[in-house]
Amino acid sequence: MSVESEEKLGHSTKDLVISMGPQHPATHGVLRLILELDGETVVKLTPHVGFLHRGTEKLHETLTYLQGIPLSDRLDYCSAMANNVGYVLAVERLFGIEAPLRAKYIRTIVSEMSRIASHIIWLATHALDIGAMTVFLYAMREREWLLDLFEMICGARLTTTYPRVGGVRNDVSEEFLDSLYLFTDEFPGRLLEYETLIDQNRIWLKRTKGIGVISAEEAINWGLTGPTLRGSGVSYDVRKHAPYDAYDLVDFDVPLGTKGDVYDRYRCRMEEFRQSNRIIRQCIEKIPKGPVMTPDAPKVTLPAKDRFATEKGLLPIQMGLMRKGPAAPAEGEIYSAVEVPKGELGFYIVSDGTGKPWRLRLRSPSFVHASVLSRLSVGHLVADVIANIGTIDIVLGECDR
Amino acid sequence: MEPLEIAKTLQARFPDEVREVKEFGGQVAVILRRDRITDVVTYLKTDSALQMDLLKDLCGVDYHEKKKPRFEVVYHLYSVKFRYLIRLRAEVPEEDPVIESVVRVHRGADWHERECYDLFGITFKGHPDLRRILMPDDWEGHPLRKDYPYSGPTGENEWKRFSNLLEKAEENKKFEWVRSRDQL
Repeated sequence: MSVESEEKLGHSTKDLVISMGPQHPATHGVLRLILELDGETVVKLTPHVGFLHRGTEKLHETLTYLQGIPLSDRLDYCSAMANNVGYVLAVERLFGIEAPLRAKYIRTIVSEMSRIASHIIWLATHALDIGAMTVFLYAMREREWLLDLFEMICGARLTTTYPRVGGVRNDVSEEFLDSLYLFTDEFPGRLLEYETLIDQNRIWLKRTKGIGVISAEEAINWGLTGPTLRGSGVSYDVRKHAPYDAYDLVDFDVPLGTKGDVYDRYRCRMEEFRQSNRIIRQCIEKIPKGPVMTPDAPKVTLPAKDRFATEKGLLPIQMGLMRKGPAAPAEGEIYSAVEVPKGELGFYIVSDGTGKPWRLRLRSPSFVHASVLSRLSVGHLVADVIANIGTIDIVLGECDR
Repeated sequence: MEPLEIAKTLQARFPDEVREVKEFGGQVAVILRRDRITDVVTYLKTDSALQMDLLKDLCGVDYHEKKKPRFEVVYHLYSVKFRYLIRLRAEVPEEDPVIESVVRVHRGADWHERECYDLFGITFKGHPDLRRILMPDDWEGHPLRKDYPYSGPTGENEWKRFSNLLEKAEENKKFEWVRSRDQL
């Protein structure tokens, strides 16, 4: 309401300040937003993060390179496998070792599985926030299936800690590959079920089209990555730009949006489901036989269990590796990035010749994406803030580290 | 263009600023003086042959008792078009931990710089809204510095808001539900 009309009516209005969160079901964790509202329009939005800050970077400085793997599970707990792969890849690049081909394929499979599992959570909660409840119930059915498959590989459903520096913890069974293949057969049909529910839904289109628009240049300037950037039409995907593991051996497309609104980002992620499914199928078809841990790096990887029965002098090696950690190069520094479901997860490690990192920096996509929230929401309605939180797909465990 | 070539171009353009070029694991790091960091970043972004428009990461590193100057602010810049990656390491001395902010060039640096200020105590000149982000507003000290203890303050020095919370919890105990018959 303009000042003039306020005076005519003889009363004044003022902006309303409300605090949303940190305990709020639609903030996907403990995100607190201070909203300044003029009527129902957002004038200013200030996000407050840090409620889940556990000092992961400081903790890493006290742990050896091998002990650091479980901490990476706890970053983005919806896609633990992809984070594990990111961490072990960074350490491998620092030490200059390479995993055997079979392990690379297995890692690609589990990364893509966790991408599907994470996107399912995103779709379910995003739709639930906007008001489509049925999708949540459908989507959880598939996630349960995937978590059972994770359990089959490593015994854990959420905090997996399955990849190791130099390979993976154990080989996958034929039985697992068979049931995963069955999943990839079924999954495209299930995707159509989700799409029947919301893709042409009039309410869904009204709530998502033209909301939270960000142009390509601006998205890059804000440092966005992953599907949040690709929704604006920028073809940037770490899997294509700097292929790791077996991504250069499989065939897949990078889906792009055009307008950069909530709906385009939604379409991008839905297409990513199909691409991930395609990658998993190719990996299962192509996966070679062979070892899953590299034998070339005896000073980094723990000796295999079956060697203890026949060889002598392995116990001191193992004890040394567990207590002191493998000695890293003296003045090494490496920035290693992987494409996790949320975007680009980067590890910047500075080593000083001991078994523990001097500094380990985590570049988490959720942290950057949470900062763009005010840019997306100002000028829109309060209800659209919820749609925007959903579309940037943040996990506060990763944001606050 | 190879990463080393980019470093050489940078050296030719800013001969006084670039102190050293290091290579490790196929990645190149350029060690810089802090004074003209905004100019360097702007040059890398606007030069038509480089176009390093994506600031992947900005973080601080504390080289306490390892080398002087003590701090470094590390920038990872990437060109989405040409797929070049380069790392800039700007040196910041302990006595005067101040560096220019690059928010005007890369909007995404905003929260990274706030985090660096929060955890290392490095001030970014020209930042629009420099305050703590991960730690509480009234926290003392900068936790990621190497001389900061691994366990937090206890006893007398405990963080005020936490000790208040404990006191309040103690007070509220009298309103707790009686759980079993034995306690009646």
